[in-house]
Amino acid sequence: MRTILFLVRKEFLQIFRDHTTVAQIFMIPVVQLLVLSNAATFDLKQTRLLVVDEDRTTVSAGLVQRLEGGRQFRVVRQAPSDQVAEQALLDRDVTAVLHIPRHFEEDLVQHRRAKVQLILNAEEGSAAGIIQSNATTILSDYARELSATLPAGRRSFTGTMRPAPLDLRTQRWFNPTRNYKHYMVPALLVALTTIIGLLLTAQNITREYELGTLEQLNVTPMTKLQFIAAKLIPFWLLSLVIFTIGLTIGKLVFGIPMRGNLVLVYLALMVYLIVVLGLGLWISTITRTQQQAMFVAFFVILIFLLMGGLFTPLDSMPDWAQAVAEANPVKHFVFIMRSVLVKGAGLETVGTTILGLAAAGLAVLMLAVRRYRKYAA
Amino acid sequence: MSLEPAVDAQGLVRRFGDDAALDNVSLQVQPGELYGVIGPDGSGKTTLFRVLVTLLLPDEGSARVLGRDVVNDLWDLRARVGYMPGRFSLYPDLSVAENLGFFASLFNTTVAAARETIAPIWVQLEQFSARRAGALSGGMKQKLALCCALVHRPEILILDEPTTGVDAVSRREFWGLLRRLRDEGLPIVVSTPYMDEAGLCDRVSLMQDGKLLVTDRPAEIERRYPLPLFAVRGDNVLGLLGALRRFPHAASVWPFGESLHYTDARTDSEPGMIARELSQYVESAGFREASIQPIAAGIEDAFMWYMSQGQAA
Repeated sequence: MRTILFLVRKEFLQIFRDHTTVAQIFMIPVVQLLVLSNAATFDLKQTRLLVVDEDRTTVSAGLVQRLEGGRQFRVVRQAPSDQVAEQALLDRDVTAVLHIPRHFEEDLVQHRRAKVQLILNAEEGSAAGIIQSNATTILSDYARELSATLPAGRRSFTGTMRPAPLDLRTQRWFNPTRNYKHYMVPALLVALTTIIGLLLTAQNITREYELGTLEQLNVTPMTKLQFIAAKLIPFWLLSLVIFTIGLTIGKLVFGIPMRGNLVLVYLALMVYLIVVLGLGLWISTITRTQQQAMFVAFFVILIFLLMGGLFTPLDSMPDWAQAVAEANPVKHFVFIMRSVLVKGAGLETVGTTILGLAAAGLAVLMLAVRRYRKYAA
Repeated sequence: MSLEPAVDAQGLVRRFGDDAALDNVSLQVQPGELYGVIGPDGSGKTTLFRVLVTLLLPDEGSARVLGRDVVNDLWDLRARVGYMPGRFSLYPDLSVAENLGFFASLFNTTVAAARETIAPIWVQLEQFSARRAGALSGGMKQKLALCCALVHRPEILILDEPTTGVDAVSRREFWGLLRRLRDEGLPIVVSTPYMDEAGLCDRVSLMQDGKLLVTDRPAEIERRYPLPLFAVRGDNVLGLLGALRRFPHAASVWPFGESLHYTDARTDSEPGMIARELSQYVESAGFREASIQPIAAGIEDAFMWYMSQGQAA
């Protein structure tokens, strides 16, 4: 036990001796959290819209006004023809083109039916989908209003003008304002803690190998378990601190909800960190240079993050990918964080997940201890 | 102190792939002996030392250090061996005092408890005690490493090339420290690629290609030089070298600083006669001012001789 203490003390001495490392450990997560939370958003700001209005009537103008009124769309240009519109789409000058054909008002009045065309740049599939559904909602609202106010013409209801037989009312649970940050910040916090923890540990033993200090350590009576434990503890404590800083920023700056029990969050974090740091140490025992260690760590981080359901919903991945994601600790901790913080879930919801993480942590630590050799190459 | 050998290795073999880094190595180090292993880079010195300090398992053979088996009694042994790896292997970002304290603590002891053992080295290091180890000069780094190897008061020191890359003055100081420790009864096994350091050991082994070619006291190795040896000096050393190598009775000719060391292959001729014959030969080859003198072999002559024999074998 005393040996572990001395090893841990040495580790802290080294960490805090290097001011750039300290800055990296504490500044990078803070900056990343502040920047990424604003950058990695699915929320659509205003969509740039180009309008080709061939009708030029009050009704067509009202339609455009209505689109703009929702603040979802901003008309940046008016164009006389489709050709100009096509070029603007190509140049990414606008994201959507609204084409109102001639006789729009006339058709509405006479036939109670008229056509409008919305052309979207669908390069970014999900964004285009959201824009489309927003536009449809606004247009059909407008159509419903019109049908009430327009003078009755021939009675022939068709298409979107017909009152919907189903009245769908959506309620937004857990995140009623659909504040994207409430959903993303807890996940980003997981991502940052994972990245920092994995990179720091993955390099650590390899660094001692490169320095030659490992050889000097290996001839001492220190055991493998003591060594791995002493490498784990400092970074475990550091990661707890980093996470706490991040959580504080999340609360103060982004106002993330904390509906569940924070003790539960920290319990899960403590277990989760063992998995991540153990994995980092294991990487450190199988690589020979810090560069190799970084490459392996980056590879693991990329897979963890992209298959962790942080940025893309896991439900939309193929079955095999979902199966693989089950082995991804990031996925489980993101689940715990979102469940407890955003939905206020308790131990009955996340308990088994925490147990699963604990088993994984134990396994990965054993792997690291076994793989670490107290022998030279 | 027991009469058991400090190191007793029998038939050590260690292979890396198809190469045998250790090829049937046996050696004994007596208690209180300063034992040198001399050999060029890649001759297997580091592998031998790593086996002795329990960092490497031998494929064949066995070794006992301080009477303890390096494979089976490794935990007992690790607490008793002081080891300095070939590369500087202390923490460059920790200070001199921190490094020393750290290694003392790993052995469950303190620097204060080792004060007496490390005193001769510590007096030179003390003024740098707050300096980071990475910022020390080469010679000071090695002294710190020696201090760290001594801090748990080991019963044997095993030092892998402690003077490589260190300036001549520091090297001499370092050897002075080693001899002082030896005088206090500590057995020391040390390797070096510098042949001139061989003469400072009680006994030396010459190592090449994983084998020990010869083991003896340095004076004995010099005395056992089997053939007549001459020092040849002249203006055109390179020309002389070529000419002497073409001499029919030449066994070997090596440049030694300003002069050449020439070994004659004949054992039955009197040295004076060979010298006269040689000077006639070089004069006829066009080298007027050459001086030729019979000399006693130094340790380097002996090693060059054994190594060329080893290569021929």
